[in-house]
Amino acid sequence: MSVSAPPSPAALGNRPFRLTVPPVSGVLRPRLLLTGVGVAVGAFLLFCWGLTIGDYPVAFTDVIRALWGSGDAGTVIVVQDLRLPRALVGLLVGVAFGVSGAVFQTMTRNPLASPDMIGLTEGAGTAVVAAVVLGWTGGLGLSTLGLLGALVTALLVYALAWKGGATGYRIILVGIGVSWICSSATNFLVARGNRFEAEAALGWLVGNLNGRTWGQVDSLAIALAVLLPVTLGMGRWMRTLMLGDDVAAGLGTPVQVVRLALLLAGVGLVAFGTAAAGPVAFVALACPQIAQRLAGTSSPPPLVSGLTGAFVVLGSDLLAREAIPGTELPVGIVTGALGAPVLLWLLIRVNRAGSGG
Amino acid sequence: MSTTDPRAPRTPESPVPGPELRARNLQLAYDGRVVVENLDLSVPTGRITAIVGANACGKSTLLRALARLLAPRQGVVELDGVALRSVPTRELARKLGILPQTPVAPEGLTVLDLVGRGRSPHQTWWRQWSTADEEAVHAALDATNLTELAERPVDELSGGQRQRAWIAMAVAQGTPVLLLDEPTTYLDLAHQIDVLDLITDLNRHEGRTVVMVLHDLNQACRYADHVIAMKAGRIVAEGAPADVVTEATVEDVFDLRCRITPDPVSGTPLVIPLGRHHHDGNSRTEDAVTTR
Amino acid sequence: MASGRRLRTTVLVTLVVALLVLLSLLSVALGALSVPLDQVVRSVLGHPPSRLIDNVIWSVRVPRTLLGLTTGAALGLSGALMQALTRNPLADPGILGVSAGASFAIVLAVGVLGATSLYGYVWFAFGGALVASVVVFFLGRLGRSGATPVKLALAGVAVTSLLQSFTSAIVLTDQDALDRYRFWSAGTLADQDSGDLVRILPFLAVGAVLALSCAPALNSMALGDDVAASLGRRLGLVRLQGVTAVVLLTGASVAVIGPVVFLGLVVPHIARVLAQWVGIGPDYRWLLPLSAALAPVLLLSADILGRMVDRPTEIQAGVLVAFLGGPFFIVLVRRRKLAEV
Repeated sequence: MSVSAPPSPAALGNRPFRLTVPPVSGVLRPRLLLTGVGVAVGAFLLFCWGLTIGDYPVAFTDVIRALWGSGDAGTVIVVQDLRLPRALVGLLVGVAFGVSGAVFQTMTRNPLASPDMIGLTEGAGTAVVAAVVLGWTGGLGLSTLGLLGALVTALLVYALAWKGGATGYRIILVGIGVSWICSSATNFLVARGNRFEAEAALGWLVGNLNGRTWGQVDSLAIALAVLLPVTLGMGRWMRTLMLGDDVAAGLGTPVQVVRLALLLAGVGLVAFGTAAAGPVAFVALACPQIAQRLAGTSSPPPLVSGLTGAFVVLGSDLLAREAIPGTELPVGIVTGALGAPVLLWLLIRVNRAGSGG
Repeated sequence: MSTTDPRAPRTPESPVPGPELRARNLQLAYDGRVVVENLDLSVPTGRITAIVGANACGKSTLLRALARLLAPRQGVVELDGVALRSVPTRELARKLGILPQTPVAPEGLTVLDLVGRGRSPHQTWWRQWSTADEEAVHAALDATNLTELAERPVDELSGGQRQRAWIAMAVAQGTPVLLLDEPTTYLDLAHQIDVLDLITDLNRHEGRTVVMVLHDLNQACRYADHVIAMKAGRIVAEGAPADVVTEATVEDVFDLRCRITPDPVSGTPLVIPLGRHHHDGNSRTEDAVTTR
Repeated sequence: MASGRRLRTTVLVTLVVALLVLLSLLSVALGALSVPLDQVVRSVLGHPPSRLIDNVIWSVRVPRTLLGLTTGAALGLSGALMQALTRNPLADPGILGVSAGASFAIVLAVGVLGATSLYGYVWFAFGGALVASVVVFFLGRLGRSGATPVKLALAGVAVTSLLQSFTSAIVLTDQDALDRYRFWSAGTLADQDSGDLVRILPFLAVGAVLALSCAPALNSMALGDDVAASLGRRLGLVRLQGVTAVVLLTGASVAVIGPVVFLGLVVPHIARVLAQWVGIGPDYRWLLPLSAALAPVLLLSADILGRMVDRPTEIQAGVLVAFLGGPFFIVLVRRRKLAEV
């Protein structure tokens, strides 16, 4: 069998090279690896930085000591009970939304797809606002209610879209209808309540890392521990799905099973992320695209998208806390404001390549 | 290659007989509408089979059923005597490869990547790029003459090159049976011949069984060993091109009157359509002369 | 036109007009203080039974009904137009950033500029809507091939997100802005300054004329850009005209009654289904006026329901539009009556 000369190294950035160590073999993509490591390191740095700033600035070395429980008691409380959960939630939420966005965009083969399109986040919002304004808590925390709202909405959308099967397109259409109903309900409740309730509700609706507790970290961490391996494990199959359902089936991908699993994982990630921090704007839409462009892959890379999400959320949170002295803005405001230029850059760049529009 | 008699017995380099693909009593439906009914088919192993017919006669539907992309409402498709639906997915992907109509590659995907994806039925998550995989990809690129273009994004190639890239992916998949749905649509003539010649190579040199849906009857006659003519979901005629493509069958299947003459280059039937302006006993140029 | 079609069309038109008249009367009659219909008619004819009723009818109900009729028609029309321009059945007029622009402007006026009076809001809101859509339109035109549907949608999403962020930032730091914003963003016909309708009427009129005159060109464009061009349509000009109409109609309406843009999403689909049933088919010369006529039906119904369901408090019309229109939309989706995306 003839083996011709390897392709030219000019395109080294994208070229996978083989690493064979029997019996394990794989493909390394240097640019993807570099991007992943870079973003991870960046996120880590932002994480550490975030622990030091706030109403009581804490030096980094003191932060480390406080993490182990030694040093000034007040500092320990601030770091362990306030800052650490907040930073962790920011990190995990970023990962959850980033991965979920990559999943949705791969499944629909559409760079504009986003989990918000199917009404989950609006449903979570309605549940939380109903709790805040009407007092319907049933003894559950806001996070749990948000989670329930998201999951119930997801089930509702799926059930309504089911007619001997649920095509992606019908799910989106039904999702749009349901999300309008939910957001109208939310608007109604916000107008009904008094000022303080309205402010609290809107504060949650915009995406917020303030006052996050260890409880939220735990539930989010468990969710990620379960859903992330499932999603990442299907990475190979996700790549074949990008070639079209028929080709993927011909290549041995169990298409229906994979689609369902990805849908469930994507929904789960969004639901838990929204429950923890509210619907943080734009992370799920923009981060997979950023990750894809940086890494030079042909589809949004799930893990790196997650890491990019973490980077963006943590960075935005820092900006939100420090930008206006004296006030802390919710993180969702910054991600929303940053997301716009990213989208515009996508818009322009896609057009330059001539394949947009 | 053009000087050999196309109907001479072929001796592929790897003479191991491929799997047998057959359909029994098949009924296929789309959205509740029955498209194919009562169909029996036995695909000749190691040969090139072309399915022809007018639009919406069910030929693509049949191909999809053979590829297990569509579950039959009744009847069964069997591979080596085992019903398709019972074959595990990965195993099927190692035996049957399909190239659907106008496949779309994601932006930025290189030829090398695309062909590499063809190896996925042979890969496990700990063995993602074995020596066999690398060799198969290089061989596929070689066979389709795409080695120089391996680094280029698929969406930047010409139509013919792109189709060759997809065929290379199917080749790398290493299946003994290849199903192709209209592989020459939207290609210009030179590229159509290029692709069909490539498919013939795959059959002659490697003994792969090929089933392709073609809409050009003359190409089907030239390149196929076995022609299946379909009309309204049923097989009207099947067999060697010379036996199937007759004036009567063409009129029945395509609603087109024609004259059949042997192709001066390949010897296979050449369909010469008759229409309102060109038919026996009259022709447009005569018209023009008389009216001037 | 086949006679069967002509008959069915006449029936449809008559029904819609009758429905509008009925709903208008009900809208005038019903509410926290319900006025029997005969007294309504007497008031209209100049013989009011009492000063209170006369006041209620002429200062409150009639302006409100008129507002519902005109802004409803405007939103329905602009929704149908938007879907035609973007060839996307999921487009609502808000995707050009109109609602986001209006809400940001209102919030800016109250929170930053300290405006306190009710009057003048409408100019801010309208101005904000206009500026936002102009920005979206120009951003969408960046790069080759002009303002295509996908690029417009992307630009709209980007600008909307940016404005929403700024709006949230102001709203969460300024109580007055929060109040004004939250009552406005549900979308309502209530408590509106009756002078506002007069103020926006010229814009609505111009917008309507521009929109309706696009209809023949839209029919050609539905066949694809290339076909339309070969039929002699000036694509860039038609799109500009269409977008201007959408901005005027939606911007002016949203400025007064708030972002009730779901109306513009749902009603054109209903219009299309009806047109198909009647036998007209996808002809924009009919679809545009039909959407314009059906939308007030939904809006007024929502408004009337909102007044009656929880008397004497009111549920905002915008909320009920979604509650009524949403399930309807979903039913349409399930029956596969919607145009494929």
